[in-house]
Amino acid sequence: MTEVLLETRAICKRFGALQASKEVSLSLRAGEIHALIGPNGAGKSTLIAQISGALAPDSGSVIFEGRDITRLPTPARAKAGLARTFQISALAMEFTVLQNVVLGTLGARGGVYRFFGNVMRDKALLDRAEDALDQVGLSEFRNFVTAELSHGQRRQLEVAVALSLQPRVFVMDEPMAGLGAEGSHRLTGFLDGLRQRAPILLVEHDMDAVFALADRISVLVYGEVIATGTAAEIRANPEVREAYLGEEDAA
Amino acid sequence: MRAETLLNLSLPALLLATALIAHWLDEPYIITLATRAAILALAAVGLNLALGLGGLVSLGHAAFFGIGGYAMGILAFHAQTFTPLWGLIEGTKSMPVIWLVAVVAAALAALVIGALSLRTSGVYFIMITLAFGQMLFYFAISWPTYGGEDGLSIYLRNDFPGVNTLLPLNYFLICFSLLAVVLVLFDRLAKSPFGLALQAARQTPARAEAVGLTPYRLRLVAFVISGAITGLAGALFADLNRFVSPNMLSWHMSGELIILIVLGGLARLSGPVAGAMLFITLEYFLEGLSTYWHVYLGAILLGVVLFARGGLIGLVAGREVAHD
Amino acid sequence: MSAALLIEQLLNGLQFGVMLFLMAAGLTLIFGVMGLINLAHGSLYMIGAFAAAGTAALTGSFWLALAAALMAAALVGAIVEMVVIRRLYDRDHLDQVLATFALILIFSEGTRFLFGSLPLYLDTPDILSGPTTLPGGLDYSKYRLFIIGVGLAIAGGLFWLIGRTRLGIQIRAGEADREMIAALGVDIRKLYTLVFALGAALAGLAGAMIGAIQAVEVGMGEPVLILAFVVIVIGGIGSIKGAFIGALLVGLTDTLGRVLLPQVFGLIMDASSATTVGASLASMAIYILMAGILLFRPSGLFGGQT
Repeated sequence: MTEVLLETRAICKRFGALQASKEVSLSLRAGEIHALIGPNGAGKSTLIAQISGALAPDSGSVIFEGRDITRLPTPARAKAGLARTFQISALAMEFTVLQNVVLGTLGARGGVYRFFGNVMRDKALLDRAEDALDQVGLSEFRNFVTAELSHGQRRQLEVAVALSLQPRVFVMDEPMAGLGAEGSHRLTGFLDGLRQRAPILLVEHDMDAVFALADRISVLVYGEVIATGTAAEIRANPEVREAYLGEEDAA
Repeated sequence: MRAETLLNLSLPALLLATALIAHWLDEPYIITLATRAAILALAAVGLNLALGLGGLVSLGHAAFFGIGGYAMGILAFHAQTFTPLWGLIEGTKSMPVIWLVAVVAAALAALVIGALSLRTSGVYFIMITLAFGQMLFYFAISWPTYGGEDGLSIYLRNDFPGVNTLLPLNYFLICFSLLAVVLVLFDRLAKSPFGLALQAARQTPARAEAVGLTPYRLRLVAFVISGAITGLAGALFADLNRFVSPNMLSWHMSGELIILIVLGGLARLSGPVAGAMLFITLEYFLEGLSTYWHVYLGAILLGVVLFARGGLIGLVAGREVAHD
Repeated sequence: MSAALLIEQLLNGLQFGVMLFLMAAGLTLIFGVMGLINLAHGSLYMIGAFAAAGTAALTGSFWLALAAALMAAALVGAIVEMVVIRRLYDRDHLDQVLATFALILIFSEGTRFLFGSLPLYLDTPDILSGPTTLPGGLDYSKYRLFIIGVGLAIAGGLFWLIGRTRLGIQIRAGEADREMIAALGVDIRKLYTLVFALGAALAGLAGAMIGAIQAVEVGMGEPVLILAFVVIVIGGIGSIKGAFIGALLVGLTDTLGRVLLPQVFGLIMDASSATTVGASLASMAIYILMAGILLFRPSGLFGGQT
C-alpha cells in the first residue's frame, strides 16, 4: 500500500438545515491523482475549504502527513506543503504575472518581513518563479499586468502559483473551468506528469479530463461520498450512474 | 524616463525650490507654508503605507499625529519648566530625542489600536479607528496637566545639533530632509518582500493565506510603521507651530490626511507630496477668496471622488499604478 | 451616592441612549441596506437642529419646529441621496468616506454662511418645562422624559416597520440581496431614497430635540456621529436591535461613568486628582467598552459574521 499523504476522517459540516459534508473520508496517496466529482451543490467547495483551512469542520479531522491539521490556520497548512488553486482565480490583479508567482515563492521560502531589498531582484525567488511560469507556458507573459490576461491564462497562472510553492500535495479546485478544449487538453497532459512530483486532489467538472487522469475517483452527492474507486469501477457503479452520471446522460 | 518617475523627483524639487526662492525673496510666511506642506506630506506618506499599500482605510491617524505632537509638547514643557516628568524624567529640547520618543510612542499606540481594529475589516475598521482616535481626542481635552482643551505652548523651537532652528529655512530643510529620507524608505519598502506581501494581502487576502502569509500580521506591521511615521510628522508639526492642542487629534485631521493622499494619488510614491502641496496651495488661495473656503474644498473633493479617481498624479502619469 | 441621584443619572443615561439610537438606527439601516458608510449623517442631525431653531424663532412654536426639523432633514436627505449618495453605492468604502466627508465640509460651511457662527437656542414648550414628580417622589425634567418617550416610541415604530410591514420586508430583502429585491419588481432606487430620507429624518429629529438642551451650532453633529459609530460597532452593523441595545449601553456607560468614576477614584486619592483622573477616564469609558466587546465579538453583539 502506498503512503497516504492527505486524509479526511469523517468530516461533518452543517450550515443550518444544509448538511454540506456528511462523514466525508477521503485519502490521497503519493503519486496519484484523486478526483472528486459530484453535481453542483454536492459540497465539493465546502470540502476543499475545510481541507485548505478556510472553514473548520463541525466534527472529524484532516490529517496531513500523519499530523492532525484540523485546527491549523490556512497559512500554516500552506507552509506545511499543502498548495491549493482557486475555482475563481484569486490573483493579485494589479501585479504582473511574474509578481504573482514570486509571491508564491516568497511565501514558501519565508523571510517576508524584510523591508529593504527589491524582491523582484531576488535571484533565488525569481529562478523558481520563472521555472513555474515556464512549466505552464506563461513565460512570455511574465511582464503583463495580471488584469490584462485572458481567462485561460489566469487559470494557468493559478497553477503556476501553486507550483511555485513546491508543495507536498496539490488541492486543485476546477483548474479546467472555462478553458477551451485545447487548453484543457494541454493542462491534462501537464497534470498527468505532475502527479509524480506531488499527488493531486482534483475537483473537476470536465469528465474527459477526470476519466483520463484520475487513478481514483470519489463521487460526492449531497455532502456524502457515495463511491470511491478507479475510473472503470466508477463507470460501472449503478449508484453513481443513477445519482450522477445518469443525470448527465439525460442532459 | 517615465512620467511618474519624473514627477517623483520634480515634486520634492519644486517644494525645495519654493522654500529657497521664498528665502531669497525674504518671504518667511511662504517658507512656513512650504514647511507645513513638507510635514503634512510626511504624515500622509505614513498613512499612505497603511491606506495605499495595505488598503486600510484608517480614519484615526490623527491619533498618531497628535501623539507625536504631544510627545514634543510634553518633553519640551518639562524642559522649559525644569520640572521632571513624574519627578524622574527630565524634559528635553533636543529634536532627535523628541523624534525618537514621538516615533516610539506613536508606534506603540498603533500596535494597540491596530491589534484591536484589524480584527475587523471594511466599515467596521473605519468606524473603530475613528472611535479610538476620538477617544484620545477626548482624553487630551479632559486631562488638564498639559493644557486640556487650550493646548500647550512652547516658548522656543527645539534644538537640533549644529543648526539654528529658529531660522525658517533651516527648519524647513530639517523637515524636508526627513521627508526625503522617508520617501526613499517608502519606495524601498513598497518594492521589498514585505511590500509585495502587503499589497497582495490587500488585493487578494485568500491568495496571501494560501501561499502561507498571514494578512493580519502583515497589516499590523504596516499599521505600526505607518503610525510611527505619522507620529514623527506630528512632532515636527507641533514644533513648527510651537504649540500642540487636541485639534491635532481631531478626526478632521485624519480626514484631511486621507484627502491629501487621494488628491495626490493613492498608493503613489509622490501622491502625498503632490496632495500636500495642492492642499496648502488651495488653502492659501481659497482662504483669501472667502472665509467659507471649506465649501470650495468640499466641492473640489467631491468632484475628484466622483469624477477623477487617480488624483493629480493619475492625471499626469496614467491610471495604472506602476510596479517595477 | 443617594438612590435618587442614581435614578436621575440612570434616566439621563437612558435619555442620551435613545437620542443615540435615533442617530444609529438611520446609520445602521443605510449601511445594512445600501452598504454605505455615511459620515454626513451628523450633518443631518445639525440640519434638523438648525431648522428647528430657525422655525421656532420665526413662529414661536416648538411643535412646528419639530415638524420643520423632520421635514428639512428628510428633504435634504432625499436630495443628497439623489444627487450624490446614489453614485457611491458601487464605490469602495474609501470613496464613500471621502465623498461624505466632503459633504460635511459643504454642509457645515453652508450652515455657517446661512446662520452665522453664533450658537442658536431652542426653548422647550411650556408644557414640557420644569420638573415633574416621578412615582417615588423624585423630581425629574419633563423634557428629558419627553425625549425618552419619543425615542422609545420611535424604536417601537421601527421594529414594527421592519418586522411587520411591506416596506420592512423590502428593506430586509435589500439587506440580504440587492439583485433579488430588484427581481421582485421593487423600484430599488426609490427604496434607497426612502430609506436614506427616513434615516435623515430620524437624525434631524434627534438634533432638534437635543437643540432644546444644548446649543445649536455648526459641528454639533460630529461628536454624536462618532458615538453612533461606537453604538453600531457594539451592536453590529445592520441590526436595529443591536443599535438599540448598543445605544442604551453607550448612553448609560457614558453618563454613569462621568458620575461614578470620580467618586470611585475619590476612595483612593485626594478629591481634586480623583476628579481629574475620573473625568479623563470617564471620557474614554465607552471606547474601552467598545474595545472589550471587539475582543470577544468582532462583529458586534448582534452582527453576523464578517
